[in-house]
Amino acid sequence: MNWKRSFYAAAVFALATSPTYAQISDGVIKIGVMNDQSGTYADLAGPGSVVAARMAVEDFGAAKKGMKVEVVVADHQNKPEVGSSIARQWYDVDKVDAIVDVPTSSVALAVNQITREKNKVLIVSTGATVDLTGKSCSPNTIHWTYDTWSLANGTGNAVVKNGGDSWFFLTADYAFGHSLEQQTEAVVLKNGGKVMGKVRHPFPSSDMSSFLLQAQTSKAKIIGLANAGADTINAIKQGAEFGIVKSGQQFAGLLVFLTDVHSLGLNVAQGLLLTESFYWDLNDQTRAFSKRFAKLHKGAMPTMGQVGVYSGVLHYLKAIEALKSDQGDKVVAKMKELPTDDAVFGKGWVRQDGRKIHNMYLFEVKKPAESKGAWDYYKLRGTIPAEQAFRPEKEGGCSLVK
Amino acid sequence: MTQATQQAAAGIAEREREQKQHRIAFVLMAAFFAFGPALIYPVFLMKVMCFALFACAFNLLLGFVGLLSFGHAMFLGMGGYVAAHTAKVWGLTPELAILCGAAVSGVLGLVSGLIAIRRQGIYFAMITLALAQMVYFFCVQAPFTGGEDGIQAVPRGKLFGLIDLSNQLAMYVMVAVIFFSGFLLIYRIIHSPFGQVLKAIRENETRAISLGYDINRYKLLAYVISATLSGVAGATNALVFQLAALNSVHWTMSGEVVLMTLLGGLGTVFGPVVGALVLLAMENYLAQLGAWVTIAQGVIFVICVLTFRRGIVGELMAFFKHWSR
Repeated sequence: MNWKRSFYAAAVFALATSPTYAQISDGVIKIGVMNDQSGTYADLAGPGSVVAARMAVEDFGAAKKGMKVEVVVADHQNKPEVGSSIARQWYDVDKVDAIVDVPTSSVALAVNQITREKNKVLIVSTGATVDLTGKSCSPNTIHWTYDTWSLANGTGNAVVKNGGDSWFFLTADYAFGHSLEQQTEAVVLKNGGKVMGKVRHPFPSSDMSSFLLQAQTSKAKIIGLANAGADTINAIKQGAEFGIVKSGQQFAGLLVFLTDVHSLGLNVAQGLLLTESFYWDLNDQTRAFSKRFAKLHKGAMPTMGQVGVYSGVLHYLKAIEALKSDQGDKVVAKMKELPTDDAVFGKGWVRQDGRKIHNMYLFEVKKPAESKGAWDYYKLRGTIPAEQAFRPEKEGGCSLVK
Repeated sequence: MTQATQQAAAGIAEREREQKQHRIAFVLMAAFFAFGPALIYPVFLMKVMCFALFACAFNLLLGFVGLLSFGHAMFLGMGGYVAAHTAKVWGLTPELAILCGAAVSGVLGLVSGLIAIRRQGIYFAMITLALAQMVYFFCVQAPFTGGEDGIQAVPRGKLFGLIDLSNQLAMYVMVAVIFFSGFLLIYRIIHSPFGQVLKAIRENETRAISLGYDINRYKLLAYVISATLSGVAGATNALVFQLAALNSVHWTMSGEVVLMTLLGGLGTVFGPVVGALVLLAMENYLAQLGAWVTIAQGVIFVICVLTFRRGIVGELMAFFKHWSR
């Protein structure tokens, strides 16, 4: 029953501790990957994020530089209490220095709070809530990969510019769905598009047929799915049965990921528009990285959440190397100071409010005939430049922004 | 001696032995929670105590009145939300926040109890489940609960405005005091004349009616007490973790408390405490098994159900009874 010992079973990298890193508490940098290992988000983050974190440690060359870096793993089961007690135990007992990944907004916000209290480092990759760089922003947290604002904005913007100027919203009837809808609607209107109507479905909902029929009769070009997870999947599946895409309308997913498309299959998902910050087939660097990743992860290509873990851990280690200390707030300050550069997101930077900035991309899911093989799912429809991809710093209401 | 007096004497002897067993078990339990923090992570033990109180309150209803509620998560969750909200937004001290949580859960228990106790068996379970689902949807929608994100960063505050609960030890002692008070209250209720009537209702409802008891009043009172204590457990839990979130009102939580009670021993005094400890330990210490958590849990449940149907404590008690003869 020894919690500590069982975590040592997780990988240990590098051996020697050099005197240069005397500032590092207990001589070891411990990175905890906390996510959903078995539930809804296991494909999206799960074990793949652990693979990504280990790749980052290896690529950083911790062993050669004489730094001792360890990666530990835990499953928060999407329960904030479980996540919160793991985080406390990691910081208090197991001397973990940084936690990464953390999908599920409620868990991410809970860990955000504890990390600040204990002055450690939190790098959120799969967690989506934009509050992490808004009213809940913290000097100890960086939001790395994407957030709901960037997805809504990216999809709204790019779709309207590509000619999808009339929208109908299918919205999950709770706070998250409402805010996703509002954010997207604002962008659509700003770009000269119009909203033909919207309908709110109960959360969660397994039967979308009546809502889909309303969407169909609205004759809007784009049906915006302001929901997530199983609701989105259900809407797309049932939409395929109604022949919505074949009759000329298009779905725009506001929170859909590569692994969702993978499980839906191209037959059902074809024509879906979505925004992501990463796709394995973007350029030579991402292809090379993804092939290495796939070898270590049962042939599956990485999702943006998983590469975010890679990119975040790499930058975290670089900051420690430059600072020669692992004190939470100082490391995060250093991470904001240093520009980021890696194989997956290219060049970027971290804003004062803790928002990591890079390009976002609008993709369309390929037709089955266009796909050349496994994981060949997306075609690039547009690039949202880094400067416009995320919520402007001033609008977030983060107390760190002066 | 007549047969009747012999039986009475045997009954008294039996009760004395039971009381002795309970005393030993209580001392063991108190020792575990007193010295546990030296070996086990205190926050985990605090969680165990909160859920043990929740399971004990649930057991009062299922084990001693025979009412299977499938909606107890609504009391745990509402207690937690109300305590978190009053502590964070209204700035109440922790003891008042917990009282508010308990009061709201109690009122919720009264309202839902008035509706639910009119039916028995599966119908009772379904009504409680339906009401709990309504509470769940309320919590998803209501602005003060924060929807998906829950209420975060709840301050632990100062107990009576004096003792700073951000101190781990102070918090631990407070949770322990609440748990033991709740536990002893339930123990007292079970062994009071009121508790005797509850057990009579469990054994044979028709006979209890024919003896002149207004069974609906007894059932309702037991239901409200159970709801209030669940609210206390939820409120304390919210302060321990400094958050209140949707999963504590979700129906799976109602299922979890049934499992805790069954695993530990239905209708035994200490069973729910052991059940809560075992279930939470699995949830916590198996966390790094990843996908294997649910499979491991499933296997353990199957083994429990097949090999010790009376639950861990029920089986132990039967063993001692057999052994002492």
